[in-house]
Amino acid sequence: MWGIIRQRAACKGNHASNLEQGIRAIALRTFSSSAKQMTVRDALNSALDEEMSADPKVFIMGEEVGEYQGAYKISKGLLDKYGPDRVVDTPITEAGFAGIGVGAAYYGLRPVIEFMTFNFSMQAIDHIINSAAKSNYMSAGQISVPIVFRGPNGAAAGVGAQHSQCYAAWYGAIPGLKVLAPYSSEDARGLLKAAIRDPDPVVFLENELLYGESFPISDEVLDSSFSLPIGKAKIEREGKDVTITAFSKMVGYALQAADILAKEGINAEVINLRTIRPLDRSTINSSVRKTNRLVTVEEGFPQHGVGAEICATVVEDSFEYLDAPVERIAGADVPMPYAANLERMAVPQVEDIVRAAKRACYRSH
Amino acid sequence: MAQLTRRTTALQKTLSAAILSTRHLSTSPITVETSVPFTAHNIDPPSRSVETTPQELLTFYRDMALMRRMEIAADSLYKSKLIRGFCHLYDGQEAVAVGMEAAITKKDCIITAYRDHCIFLGRGGTLLEAFAELMGRKDGCSKGKGGSMHFYKKEGGFYGGHGIVGAQIPLGCGLAFAQKYSKDENVTFAMYGDGAANQGQLFEALNMAALWDLPAILVCENNHYGMGTAEWRAAKSPAYYKRGDYVPGLKVDGMDAFAVKQACKFAKEHALKNGPIILEMDTYRYHGHSMSDPGSTYRTRDEISGVRQERDPIERIRKLILSHDLATEKELKDTEKEVRKEVDEAIAKAKESPLPDPSELFTNVYVKGYGVELNKSLLELDLTNLSRFSVEQSLVLFSNIKLTLLVIDCISQSFGADRKELRAVLP
Repeated sequence: MWGIIRQRAACKGNHASNLEQGIRAIALRTFSSSAKQMTVRDALNSALDEEMSADPKVFIMGEEVGEYQGAYKISKGLLDKYGPDRVVDTPITEAGFAGIGVGAAYYGLRPVIEFMTFNFSMQAIDHIINSAAKSNYMSAGQISVPIVFRGPNGAAAGVGAQHSQCYAAWYGAIPGLKVLAPYSSEDARGLLKAAIRDPDPVVFLENELLYGESFPISDEVLDSSFSLPIGKAKIEREGKDVTITAFSKMVGYALQAADILAKEGINAEVINLRTIRPLDRSTINSSVRKTNRLVTVEEGFPQHGVGAEICATVVEDSFEYLDAPVERIAGADVPMPYAANLERMAVPQVEDIVRAAKRACYRSH
Repeated sequence: MAQLTRRTTALQKTLSAAILSTRHLSTSPITVETSVPFTAHNIDPPSRSVETTPQELLTFYRDMALMRRMEIAADSLYKSKLIRGFCHLYDGQEAVAVGMEAAITKKDCIITAYRDHCIFLGRGGTLLEAFAELMGRKDGCSKGKGGSMHFYKKEGGFYGGHGIVGAQIPLGCGLAFAQKYSKDENVTFAMYGDGAANQGQLFEALNMAALWDLPAILVCENNHYGMGTAEWRAAKSPAYYKRGDYVPGLKVDGMDAFAVKQACKFAKEHALKNGPIILEMDTYRYHGHSMSDPGSTYRTRDEISGVRQERDPIERIRKLILSHDLATEKELKDTEKEVRKEVDEAIAKAKESPLPDPSELFTNVYVKGYGVELNKSLLELDLTNLSRFSVEQSLVLFSNIKLTLLVIDCISQSFGADRKELRAVLP
């Protein structure tokens, strides 16, 4: 039974397990289909471009999205292509322009509101939650809010305490919101397209350090009608000894940890959550029922985090299958320090994930 | 009745029509002077003389009487505990709602805060929808799920109904943004109180509205008290019509429906050509901030009764009607009786409306449909029936029967208080 669900999950547009990526890198032109590479930045840019082209109601609003070409160049070229009516530079007034975006969505437009980082979304959080997320419910379906709030989330490098927080857990708690966290370029393209097409408010958590990373991408992903389903996690690497869940940048770390664990005889299954809300509980549970051990990985603060919710869901639905306590790897329970050595300790590293997986397998010393 | 050709509100005009048909006066114009001239900031004010018709005068009277009666009835319903939570009443401020409606169309948008019952009525909401919503019944405009502060009527251009003070102003500027984007040639009235006038997001939104020439009209309903705090204790500058600085403003007697109508008409023309404008309506609420506030600890009863005697909006219209000989005292009294009866009937009907079905707990979280399953674990699947079930077929309303359901592509779940007993499959 779970095999059926797993097969369906695996079939949904994916091609790159870590092993495959490795083979492709070595084999170069041996395969007949060329493995194109695309950065996450280009993936997001192309997704925005295609969705704006397909639907004239889609517009982008945020600081520096227009003439500056995007603070992180995500919206590069879009002002020239679509004009200032559809690529709108705002003053530094998050509460104001987030509210204006939500009001435009009430009327029927499809805004994509960019926060330069999600740390600044706290200035506008009332509009995201009270004006956007709850409106469809409070109006019993009269007022829907087809808006996307996007921007980089989580720690960057050396930006200090006020610019490093991960908001996945906060927004993931709100009924009425959909919260997405892409990892690869395929994730970025597919999920952003799905988010823009979705009639509900979506919080789209990107990661600044992933913008420049390249991932192989297939022709299917490059097609303008491509999109990924919201609410479906992806099994990045199949395994049988321990399940490691992660999202965003931590997926890369988890895959590296899985490689290290493989050398020690522990075959880890890595799940890329892709969606924080609605959480894909069935994929997570079926994986834990197979491996019987779970390590959750996230960058954000540990208390009330995404890992806590995953642990609770596994305990509720698959308790008898657990052979070891659930391990949580999260950011340190401190505001992000600046000094390089402290910052390194405050953010999960690959060794932390490896150690936790070994503990879950009763192999630590 | 056949002579009626004017724009309609949801309210009936039976008696006023009867009055007019006997006098053959329905469309002959009357000019009325506003109580005081407009005070303007950075703009030339409109004239004090307002064109109206007997029909309009009688309609204003009836509409305001209906609104007044509705709010007083809501007061009693709250005291008899049929309305729970918050209930913010608008009696005293009716002229703003009625005057504004007379100047605009349903294609223009209105958004306001939580004192929204009468605006809802003006936008085409019915008494039944209002009372049923207040009492949390399924025939309410938000199916009972919103409550007093969350009335909406999208097809009438009414976007709520908002509980967070000041949030509706950027939202209103967003509506104006969308109107301009869609090239609709309509405007948005974003209404707020003197308490909200100090909110930072107001100035953020106003700045952008002015930068981008949005057709947004910010309407400050200044009833001089932000909950229990008088305006002089909250604002260094209570001249709210001037607070826009580079944005022009107009101060209007909010107890005079014709002043409101003139100002809104003027503002709409201005906003379509030149961008935002602020209207400050000098008005007053007879009730406290909400039903849990007596309203007399921070203001004197003399002040309240003084305003009622000198400036009551319905009284003003009554005097105008009588002085222009458009109806007799008795006819106006009959109108009031009719209105009272209408309200009582709506309340009776609303009381009969049932509470929402329990399955409605999970509807409308997202836009598409939902399904409810009542079982202990989504993992109890009946494989032999796999092919027979579609997602739609697995939707059931909750009952005490334990069912085996197939959840294909179980995308999302929402949980009741006991997660193992009640959960719904969301789209």
